[in-house]
Amino acid sequence: IYDRAITVFSPDGHLFQVEYAQEAVKKGSTAVGIRGKDIVVLGVEKKSVAKLQEERTVRKICTLDDHVCMAFAGLTADARIVINRARVECQSHRLTVEDPVTVEYITRHIATLKQRYTQSNGRRPFGISALIVGFDCDGTPRLYQTDPSGTYHAWKANAIGRSAKTVREFLEKNYTDEAIATDNESIKLAIKALLEVVQSGGKNIELAVIRRNQPLKLLESKELETLVTEIEKEDEAEKKKQKKST
Amino acid sequence: MGWIEILDRAEVVTDKHHIRGSTGGGEIRRAPNLVPLRITCLPNDQDKMFKLSDKILLLCVGEAGDTVQFAEYIQKNIQLYKMRNGYELSPKAAANFTRKNLADYLRSRTPYHVNLLLAGFDETDGPGLYYMDHLSALAKAPFAAHGYGAYLTLSILDRYYRPDLTRDEAVDLLKKCIEELNKRFILNLPSFSVRLIDKEGIHDLEKLMPVGAK
Repeated sequence: IYDRAITVFSPDGHLFQVEYAQEAVKKGSTAVGIRGKDIVVLGVEKKSVAKLQEERTVRKICTLDDHVCMAFAGLTADARIVINRARVECQSHRLTVEDPVTVEYITRHIATLKQRYTQSNGRRPFGISALIVGFDCDGTPRLYQTDPSGTYHAWKANAIGRSAKTVREFLEKNYTDEAIATDNESIKLAIKALLEVVQSGGKNIELAVIRRNQPLKLLESKELETLVTEIEKEDEAEKKKQKKST
Repeated sequence: MGWIEILDRAEVVTDKHHIRGSTGGGEIRRAPNLVPLRITCLPNDQDKMFKLSDKILLLCVGEAGDTVQFAEYIQKNIQLYKMRNGYELSPKAAANFTRKNLADYLRSRTPYHVNLLLAGFDETDGPGLYYMDHLSALAKAPFAAHGYGAYLTLSILDRYYRPDLTRDEAVDLLKKCIEELNKRFILNLPSFSVRLIDKEGIHDLEKLMPVGAK
């Protein structure tokens, strides 16, 4: 029967279903997003797959359109639905308005969809938070985050999912103009952020970048390994310096 | 775009027509740009060819408005398929998708009155040309044409087409068709835009302007 509301207020003003959905998000594997100057980076923690499982069927970074893509944390099945609706909206927008969506528009669309599910009969909220990145027509890079309640905000860098707090704190300390000065540095910052919380390094990280006027590019494992090694070397050099100065 | 009808002897009938030729290496299609009406020329720089994907072109003519609406709708749905699945529809699949849409709308209150030519290059099957009319008949063909111009050009194509035409030979065949139109067709069609599809994608060839056309 779809006539009964499931998400209702508690006496102290909470929407418990929404908060429980946010808990589901916290159980999902970590995703991090970084807005650089000419690049936007999405990194996700790859959940280790079972021996017999084909790896490539688990994709946490998805394109919504040629210039926008997103990563999510939380219930994968819910994410599939949201992503599909977003993809349809991207094309629908192009058809009616003859322009590609702005990152903010599609974020707003997804957020509105999520909010609707917190106020509909017989439905529960989506158990995902999304990091939506891309470039607008005018070339500005954007990063937005949505959560199960249906709110969205723009960020310079953010993380969602397991240990998101740790990653965010790392980013707050290390996101500087120098850190994002070049594309490569932005990518390394994303990897460094993920390495804080991901065990066993590069093998468990999946990274994707969008550059202005270029489609989404997933980094190959070789590239990742090279970058991880670079980071490890830099770390060693830093530690040696610190030892010398003390 | 669209049909201009005979109202009295002072006006003239025409329609958009376009011809495509299929060769071993690729596809060529063209569409006339200008429609002259007595001493008046109606400049029509609307491109009738719609890029469905990197290797598929849809040439759409017919009822004014229906053409653009239907073609853009198909175009966006082909793109949506690409977003959802990570790869593009093959030309054969795109043609059948288009046909199904046209057929569904045919028995609705709002049918689309459009004639189509769909051309594409498939990695495995090579180049393919699909003829579709407003009743949603679909046929894969080595060469095709729509409109009054078809009455003249189909016979030329029939006589001179060979499955192993090279790119240049195909362009020449197209030129032959245009010459025939220039000679025998009631309307003066001074310029044709030509596009070619091969394994590298869609290429714009130079506009063909038949000699003697004003």
